Amino acid sequence: MCLSVPARLVEVSNSQDALTRVGKASFGGALKEVCLAYVPEAKVGDYVLVHVGFAISIIDEEEARFVFSFLEQAGEAEEPLQ
Amino acid sequence: MSLKYIDEYRDAELARRYADRIASLVTRPWKIMEACGGQTHSIVRCGIDQMLPAGVELIHGPGCPVCVTPMSTIDAAIRLASRPDVILCSFGDMLRVPGSSSDLMTVKAECGDVRICYSPLDALKVAAANPSRQVVFFAVGFETTAPANAMAAFLAKQRGLANFSMLVSQVRVPPALEAILSSETHRIDGFLAPGHVCTIMGFSEYEPLAERYRVPIVVTGFEPGDILQGLAMCIEELEAGRSRVLNQYTRAVQRQGNLAAQAMMGQVFEIAPKVWRGLGTIAHSGLRFAAPYRELDAEQRFDLGAESPEEKSGCISGLILQGLKKPVDCPEFGRGCRPERPLGATMVSSEGACAAYYRYRRPLSAAATEARHE
Repeated sequence: MCLSVPARLVEVSNSQDALTRVGKASFGGALKEVCLAYVPEAKVGDYVLVHVGFAISIIDEEEARFVFSFLEQAGEAEEPLQ
Repeated sequence: MSLKYIDEYRDAELARRYADRIASLVTRPWKIMEACGGQTHSIVRCGIDQMLPAGVELIHGPGCPVCVTPMSTIDAAIRLASRPDVILCSFGDMLRVPGSSSDLMTVKAECGDVRICYSPLDALKVAAANPSRQVVFFAVGFETTAPANAMAAFLAKQRGLANFSMLVSQVRVPPALEAILSSETHRIDGFLAPGHVCTIMGFSEYEPLAERYRVPIVVTGFEPGDILQGLAMCIEELEAGRSRVLNQYTRAVQRQGNLAAQAMMGQVFEIAPKVWRGLGTIAHSGLRFAAPYRELDAEQRFDLGAESPEEKSGCISGLILQGLKKPVDCPEFGRGCRPERPLGATMVSSEGACAAYYRYRRPLSAAATEARHE
């Protein structure tokens, strides 16, 4: 139920009211309207985590590599992953 | 089609390397509880527990809001949905949860007006479009969902939607983990904390728990790579005799959480004691409407009748939700209790441990026989 899916913001409304700011997000091509009230700094091109129609977090591109760098730092990987 | 921020964490080679890393770390048996039902589903579906060295056991936690919503609340939703003046809006996964004598799916089939909503904001649209009917949104969820439900209440009040109300069953994770840790029968060495709950709430609430009970807690995501990394981080802490709160899910979670979402939650809801199905009442573990929003409380607006009895006989979901039993320990599992006719909520939700085991862990012969009959 706490499922949240990453999607790319392709459009952001020009609403003056932060609470009614909405955007269109692409879920691998399928477009859906998302409420942006909780990610006031989100902009077109950002990947956001979407839960029940609300963007709840902007995915941090650099931190997204942590799952790979952790192994490399641990000295396990002879060749870097990906 | 490739999906960014999903596919790369499902890589089999990545999983194998983490499994090797974990195997090289482990010197003794450890029991680690994944708190969230989404993590349980991923673990059972991908066989992550079967990739771990002998002695590392995953205990499935109570983190499925569908599973822990009390039977009395399900019965209240059923009573509401049975009223001709009411449209009950709900997330789809609540429809087959058994109440004491029926479920919402049955009420819907018998002409109750039950509508499945993807977002709580959809329920507001239903209310605006049906001014002569009462529209009740069944607001179930953990902290991940609370800001969305809070927004629905906020907008309903702002827009003066007098025919809108909410049946609230909102739960909070940290008090439930504390309830498990403070029980004498618990056997948990470390936790994977629920990543999306922490996206909203951050993880400072877990720090006193880690310190007081000397258990490492690792905020963890939901893909196989995330879960294996969370386990590796947790086992490193355990092997080193440390018990810190660490963050595996750094791409989505910051220590302070989502402040805008917390502000809306704080405006609409307040912390309250809460009954969890299978676990009983846990102090501070729920949310209810704060005073300015109580007019939106469906339990106050409608006469919902008497309390319901506790769990049906034969169901051990309470013990499963506490991590004391596994689904396969239940004599009814796959026999008297199946997803199409569940005895308890852990068999209903795809995030319930029993449903995940039923789907992915039955003996191959049973699954094959069933497939031939489908």
